[in-house]
Amino acid sequence: MLRADNVSFRYQPAAPLVVDGATIAIERGDLVGILGPNGSGKTTLLRVLSGTRAPTTGTVRLDGTPLAALARRDIARRVAVVPQEVELAFEYTVLEMVLMGRHPHLGMFEVEGPADYAIAREALASTGTAHLESRQFHTLSGGEKQRVVIAAALAQAADMLLLDEPTTSLDLGYQLDVAALLDRLNRERGVTMAISTHDLHLAASICRTLVLMRGGRILAHGPAERVLTPDNVRALYDVEADVHLHPDTGHLTVVPVRRLRR
Amino acid sequence: MTLRRRLIAVVGAYGFVTLAVVLWAPTVGSTPISLSRVFDRSVPWTDNVDAQIFYVARLPRVLAGALIGSTLAAAGVVLQALLRNPLATPFTLGVSAGAALGAMLAIAWRLDVGALGVSSVPIASFLGSLVAMVIVYGLASSQRRGLSTNVLLLAGVTLNSFFSALILFVQYLADFTESFRTVRWLMGDLDVGSYGPIVAATPFIVAAFVVFSLLPRALNLLTMGEDVAASRGVDVSRAQRWAFLSASLATGAAVSLGGPVGFIGIVVPHLVRLMVGSDHRVVLPAATLFGAAFLVLCDLMARTLMAPVEIPVGIITALIGGPFFLWLLVRQS
Repeated sequence: MLRADNVSFRYQPAAPLVVDGATIAIERGDLVGILGPNGSGKTTLLRVLSGTRAPTTGTVRLDGTPLAALARRDIARRVAVVPQEVELAFEYTVLEMVLMGRHPHLGMFEVEGPADYAIAREALASTGTAHLESRQFHTLSGGEKQRVVIAAALAQAADMLLLDEPTTSLDLGYQLDVAALLDRLNRERGVTMAISTHDLHLAASICRTLVLMRGGRILAHGPAERVLTPDNVRALYDVEADVHLHPDTGHLTVVPVRRLRR
Repeated sequence: MTLRRRLIAVVGAYGFVTLAVVLWAPTVGSTPISLSRVFDRSVPWTDNVDAQIFYVARLPRVLAGALIGSTLAAAGVVLQALLRNPLATPFTLGVSAGAALGAMLAIAWRLDVGALGVSSVPIASFLGSLVAMVIVYGLASSQRRGLSTNVLLLAGVTLNSFFSALILFVQYLADFTESFRTVRWLMGDLDVGSYGPIVAATPFIVAAFVVFSLLPRALNLLTMGEDVAASRGVDVSRAQRWAFLSASLATGAAVSLGGPVGFIGIVVPHLVRLMVGSDHRVVLPAATLFGAAFLVLCDLMARTLMAPVEIPVGIITALIGGPFFLWLLVRQS
């Protein structure tokens, strides 16, 4: 379980808090969606949860141990991150990039063995990118890149995955593909996930728990069907919305009606 | 092909070429010599002119070229990955300007306090490089817990022009002889005269290379950005500190030995990446070997093209490196 207790964060000593007193628990096996308007602190919260940024105040604990007490390698073996976008300073092939996910499992001078290649190729296959293996990463389309980046995190073989807006740059078809992939990983392999997203459809269709953030604070936290209400959507985005159960999909659907000025 | 096989193939091929160049280069020069006479033990040393030319006049120079070439190439690779900037060179962060200022002062003040077979100029220039390194490091680590690569870059570039101004000032005040010596030093010169300076520089360079050997996987991940690298298990701030300190130390030692020989640190890493890809576990050893061969060959041209007049080697590397660099720039955009 990954647990943040009253966590706050600011990037510079005098800067305003980007995350302000957030308390959130990500239970084993859960699929958590983090929703909030631009600048609400979602990405920063994920950074603090993954330990790549230390909280200004408060503590993040992984199965009871404070992240600050764990080595980066040990955290990386248990928590993997899918960043919003990856920009490479040099050119790497897709396979090379995914193999880099094996880093926390290798000794100082150890090189990837057959088992590591097998794990990397399986990660590519499960994201539908096996055919891209020898392509240069920078030549891929946005959707292909996104799936390769997910594959690289999967190759890390952590049982917890933190994803930062994984469907933002994808077209409708790929959005559904990635949603199905995440759902499958969660159900079949028991990978725990926290996903920050603007995609209300993604949140409604696969997330079991939702966390609503605004201005660095957590507005609501609970089961998706209880949290995703017209009132909460209005409080979150200043948008009047229709929320109803879609008869065919069986999950909630949010239809934005109009923008409310504050 | 797995990494281990690629590494063996690359090190084998590059190693062979480099070894061949390093063995062949001392036999070429204004006076032809024969290798069989050089290694002929039956001729006494005092009568064996070929051996004297080989061991005393040419071999130290070739070894210095190999050492400086590999050091600058490897330091270039490390700094480009650290700064996530393919245009960075070992001289970007001000270390060479510090070294140059040290050398200028030693020449202008006619310092003559050698130690361990090394004269005052290389010692002063090495100290200068350390001063620059400490200043840049201090500035870049003052703001937050890790090293700020932005501050590193800006501080380095600023320090470069600041030191350049001081260098010009020192030159302006110096007399003609000193002035010529300073200008000549700035062009790079591998004629180290004896084995002493090479032996003195080697421990620093070896220490830096030991650190380099620990870095490649972290450097690969750093090219994806600090946050990604951290999430993959890299201790980012430690990797950055070690990368900066080792690359700067190596650059300082190499520049004290042969002057600021330009373009090696950018041309060689890019050439090597074109040939072997970007995995630093392959790029670093390949650039190290290729850098040695490249500088030794450049120096060979410097010695022979206008013989008996020697062209400063920095001019040759820049004449080859400049156009290549521009081609790279155009190709990238």
